[in-house]
Amino acid sequence: MLSYYLDLALRSLRRNRILTALMVVAIALGIGASMTTLTVLHVLSGDPLPGTSQTLFYPQVDPRDMDGYEEGKRPPDQVTWVDGMNLLRAKRADRQALMTGGAVPVQPTQSNIDPFFSDARFTSSDFFPMFKVPFLYGRAWSESEDSAKARVVVISRVLNEKLFGGKDSIGQTLRMKDTAFQVIGVIDTWRPSPRFYDLNMDTYGSMEDVFVPLSTARDVRFDHSGSTDCWGTGGGDNDRAEISPCVWLQFWVQLGDAGKVAAYRDYLVHYSQEQKALGRFQRPPNAQLPGLMEWMDINKVVPGDVRLQTWLALGFLLVCLVNTVGLMLAKFLRRSGELGVRRALGASKREVFAQLLVESAVIGLAGGFFGLLLAFAGLWLVRQQPSSYAALAHMSPGMLLVTFLLAVGATLLAGLLPAWRACQITPALQLKSQ
Amino acid sequence: MQIKPILAALRRHKAGTFLIAAQIALTLAIVCNALFIIQQRVAHLSEPSGIDEANIFVIKNEWVGAPGPDQADARMREDLQVLRQLPGVQNATPSNSYPLRGSGWDDAVRLKPDQVQDSSGSTIYFADEHFVDTLDLKLIAGRNFRAEEVGHMDMRYRLAPPIVMITKALAQKLFPGDSAVGKTIYMVGGPATVIGVVDLLQAQSVEHWASEFAYRAVIIPERLNLSLGSFYIVRTKPGQLATTMPAAVKALFAENPRRVINDDDGILSFKEVRSRAYERDRGMAILMGVICVVLLAITAAGIVGLTSFWVGQRRKQIGVRRALGATQQDVLQYFMTENFLISCGGVLMGAVLAIAINLWMVTRFEMHRLSLVYLIVGVVLLLLLGQGAVLAPALRASRVPPVEATRSV
Repeated sequence: MLSYYLDLALRSLRRNRILTALMVVAIALGIGASMTTLTVLHVLSGDPLPGTSQTLFYPQVDPRDMDGYEEGKRPPDQVTWVDGMNLLRAKRADRQALMTGGAVPVQPTQSNIDPFFSDARFTSSDFFPMFKVPFLYGRAWSESEDSAKARVVVISRVLNEKLFGGKDSIGQTLRMKDTAFQVIGVIDTWRPSPRFYDLNMDTYGSMEDVFVPLSTARDVRFDHSGSTDCWGTGGGDNDRAEISPCVWLQFWVQLGDAGKVAAYRDYLVHYSQEQKALGRFQRPPNAQLPGLMEWMDINKVVPGDVRLQTWLALGFLLVCLVNTVGLMLAKFLRRSGELGVRRALGASKREVFAQLLVESAVIGLAGGFFGLLLAFAGLWLVRQQPSSYAALAHMSPGMLLVTFLLAVGATLLAGLLPAWRACQITPALQLKSQ
Repeated sequence: MQIKPILAALRRHKAGTFLIAAQIALTLAIVCNALFIIQQRVAHLSEPSGIDEANIFVIKNEWVGAPGPDQADARMREDLQVLRQLPGVQNATPSNSYPLRGSGWDDAVRLKPDQVQDSSGSTIYFADEHFVDTLDLKLIAGRNFRAEEVGHMDMRYRLAPPIVMITKALAQKLFPGDSAVGKTIYMVGGPATVIGVVDLLQAQSVEHWASEFAYRAVIIPERLNLSLGSFYIVRTKPGQLATTMPAAVKALFAENPRRVINDDDGILSFKEVRSRAYERDRGMAILMGVICVVLLAITAAGIVGLTSFWVGQRRKQIGVRRALGATQQDVLQYFMTENFLISCGGVLMGAVLAIAINLWMVTRFEMHRLSLVYLIVGVVLLLLLGQGAVLAPALRASRVPPVEATRSV
């Protein structure tokens, strides 16, 4: 039966080529635009660390003075050195890492490479196991190396290619800011997107090339970069960063279950009260513990323009569908005569309905196919854009399936009303007018 | 023209009528808002920077190793000497930032030392005595810095210059209707006396968050030496930008090779700075434009398609009307009026929808209220589009011969 309906549908579609083309093009444009923007949105709002992200939390406390205090406002986005170190050493979480971004002057020993600046991350040792960073060679530094201010460095695969030709470089020396560091690890390709751990940096950029223990970085006086937010008598001076009233570090913890999360929250409140009693904090305790994805939401990581484009594309798809409904309605009703004959010859309402739905599904499939091509073209266009997330805009198998389901589903939906209307005709009336 | 029979006929095509009207409504709502977004983006990216853009380029210089503050300043002054002596160069100045750069130092300005609420936010530009001439700013009151007043600082010191210059926009905000020259303002580190006011100077960020203090800037008479590097803003003699840019980099390296000037953004003409700052806005405006055009085309095609069907369906009735004495003109007018009525219903719904969507966007995105002009433009556009689209099928209908009445089917 289905093949017969298909045959009927194709015949009917061939009879009105221009109209069929119009419907297919409209669906294809709508689907293409929607899928392009939805794919970008999907990529940008995705989970940077699937399987781990629900155990990661971003503790916040409020160490500022009363100047400009408003109740209910969120604490600062980062922590001070003192708070960061206190929380780090307290070890109340399963894992914890204190970190900041920076830029380091790399002085290659090879004479054919000029000195250059590399993006760097200065962090305590739990960073690597906590964020499941994959290693190509070697290992991360240990806690004892961290506290001993060891001159060790972990580099990215990219930098390893550039400096050591991609060979196992463990044990080699890397000179940065006139200091010799020993390479102890090379990180394999790793690109969590968004780059959740420090939202001050390019959110969708690639990861840093150089990783150095935080204590070592402070000892060598590497310049830190990112945001520094001071109050009172604070200034952004690098030499006094440990004691100035400024927030400039990110602190992440890993908490295995809900009980630990609640306990950690209590601990943060308790810590704030203790610091207030000591006179360091002045504001009423305001401790927050957002999870990773919640933290992304709070910071509106997905660019507003991308969300706007998605809504626009969905609106566009809606217009295309309404357009298709109208055209199909006119088309089906015009065939009242033919349908009347089929009904009179014994076809039930349901069969006529099914026949018409097959016809709209054919249009949906064709629209979906061309829409998919358009979406690929659209994503290619997005990749040509200069924004840092451009390179991430690729169609995943899941999105591919969604595209087809959306196309066929939407067209079937669009076919429902016209098909139902066309079934309502009384065969006798149609035959009489012949 | 009689409207009643048209309405009676439309009542028999409720679903079709409603669908066309709905399509027109949706199209109007989207097109109005898209046009409005385009206008906002275009207006945003044509805001003036206030500087001599055609002849300015910017070098981002980073030192290798970490020279101490005094050493860094000595090197910076040497660099500036080198740049100013180049044949194509008009003048050069060091700064921590420049208009449209995207980020930099922003700070609060207050009028009293113990004030709790800031009087205004402002962009902080560090400068020497050549800043005004290099950027080609217009000094509208007071005077420029003198060479002996320009100091140097690094991040170790607090921001407490004894004198500053400010922009006209900041002067008007702080001292409305009064001259700012000679007045005292309070920066984060202490009081400063305003000695000059420059006319127009854009902020370093044109993002939404900085729009509150756009064009309000404080110019500090200090060379800011960061070991991470600073910017040299260079103004060339007219027409010599292209030749001077590579010459400047070469001269700097010849003087001292222990520096980094990045390949991708180490040296930028202001034209490149501008296109980098606004590429998102421009992309959005183009995308909105394309969507509008395609949307209008689809809606027009939909109207043509549906009306053609109706004409085909009513050939017999048209024939009867023609046989009973209706002229071709009457039939043409019938379909034009029919479309006009449907379109009117559509644009009415669409106008409400457009405003609703805009209000929703105001709460969700960085948007302003839709101006009525765009609504009116959109309405007229869609009414014209409807009439234009219906013309071809209506003309075909008007050519249906009266003899059609006598034929069956």
